[in-house]
Amino acid sequence: MAESQLPVYLDYGATTPCDPRVVDAMVPWLRAHFGNPASRTHAWGWEAEEAVEQARGHVAGLIGADPREIVWTSGATESTNLAIKGAAEAYEAKGRHFITLKTEHKATLDTMRELERRGCDVTFLDVEPDGLVNLERLKAALRVDTVLVSILWVNNEIGVIQDIAAIGALCRERGVLLHVDAAQATGRVAIDVQQLPIDLMSMTAHKTYGPKGIGALYVRRKPKVRLVSQMHGGGHERGLRSGTLPTHQIVGMGEAFRLIQGEMHEVDVHARMLQQRLLAGLSDLGEVIVNGSLEHRVPQNLNMSFKYVEGEALMAGLHGLAVSSGSACTSASMEPSYVLKALGRSDELAHSSLRMTTGRFTTIEEIDFAIQTIRATVQRLRELSPLWELHEQGVDVDAMQWEAAHQE
Amino acid sequence: MAYSEKVIDYSENPRYAGSLDAEDPCVGTALVGSPRAGEVIKLQIRVNPATGLIAQARFKTYGSGPAIAASSLVAEWAHGKTPDAAALIRNADIARELSLPPLKVHCSILAEEAIKAAVKDYQSKIDRKAAA
Repeated sequence: MAESQLPVYLDYGATTPCDPRVVDAMVPWLRAHFGNPASRTHAWGWEAEEAVEQARGHVAGLIGADPREIVWTSGATESTNLAIKGAAEAYEAKGRHFITLKTEHKATLDTMRELERRGCDVTFLDVEPDGLVNLERLKAALRVDTVLVSILWVNNEIGVIQDIAAIGALCRERGVLLHVDAAQATGRVAIDVQQLPIDLMSMTAHKTYGPKGIGALYVRRKPKVRLVSQMHGGGHERGLRSGTLPTHQIVGMGEAFRLIQGEMHEVDVHARMLQQRLLAGLSDLGEVIVNGSLEHRVPQNLNMSFKYVEGEALMAGLHGLAVSSGSACTSASMEPSYVLKALGRSDELAHSSLRMTTGRFTTIEEIDFAIQTIRATVQRLRELSPLWELHEQGVDVDAMQWEAAHQE
Repeated sequence: MAYSEKVIDYSENPRYAGSLDAEDPCVGTALVGSPRAGEVIKLQIRVNPATGLIAQARFKTYGSGPAIAASSLVAEWAHGKTPDAAALIRNADIARELSLPPLKVHCSILAEEAIKAAVKDYQSKIDRKAAA
């Protein structure tokens, strides 16, 4: 903190910085090596194509896939759109029913809403209070006309890890496709599509120390998954996604995925240490709630609600700290997080939550600064809070009757 | 959201924060708002029986910066006034003084509600005492 005036960045769940080694790998492809990978008639094209294929191999390598199963896209949102809409169109004859979770990322929820507008039937499943899928409930939701189940592997807000092996097995048994949104999973959980029954998987570079604006969709070849293209044009990516390939971006994603594959263990050990330190430093404030399962969670995420303090004041008090809150994602409207609401949190607890996400460049000193800043702010606001005072006097604040007339 | 310097000053360095003894016959207490709505203001006034003026005003507020600022300001303004005069504090004046954005004007309305309720609580104590 001393040499920099910038806030401490604990928002790796929003995006990660590019690894400097990734940036170095990208730059030549913006300078002398600017060719279009689709150019077949000269060296610029050939070398660019080679770089793209090498990167494809790196992305495939991280997840245990065949490089031919990787389709470049602009990011996880586009991958998810292609997977869900593409499968909906390709398998229309089979059925028009889809299943997802209420706690999914907007890329999935909004795409599913679009399918509904097109006449499909979508089931949005509740999750358990710890954020995990209830397999029995999923099983009960499967129908003969169910085409696809879409599951967020690692939740972006609460970091919980879904049991993809069990979910996939269930889908396989019923002949239903499984799409997994792995935007937050790459580099954080071990992924092997040879072992796991995943049919489609969305990935992005910028949550794993790569550049923004590049992602990929894994499309299983055996058994083959059919998709209808959502982007028409020159027929790139085996006709699945037209558009000139951005060589530098692709090289960046490939390098980022190659690096994390070799360094995942040390990254994981570091993250676990930081998570424990942060959790210990904040827990003894008392009246705090960890949102989502602690056990089934990536170590890079901690999401906590602080009772008896108001969310906006909490956020405003955290000078020098870059974190997200349970109302920040849709902050224009100050709507409480739908993910936390799905776990059963009240509006006020959703508002007074902080999502703290660390990364490989986070230091112990930054965590200690965060602990100190959050503690001081929570304590100051509780000193000012009539609800905290009532709680201290032994009053059950949640059971109190409040007149809410003035708000309407 | 960008707030005026006054809002930031009052919310970060609140004046008149604290509590008075609610059992004191000279103290009027108000608790208005709701956690669900995002603001709860507790406002208390203590009237000096000799002068009939508000000798102390204290608040505690659960809410955003503007809610804390409006509470602090209304406590400041109530100070030294008679309860009747304090009950005339207008939300529009609070909103103007703090340059509240439209989305936060309800904080000034709640602050007015708080001072009115505190005065009413004080009056009812006095009336009960007179009746006894």
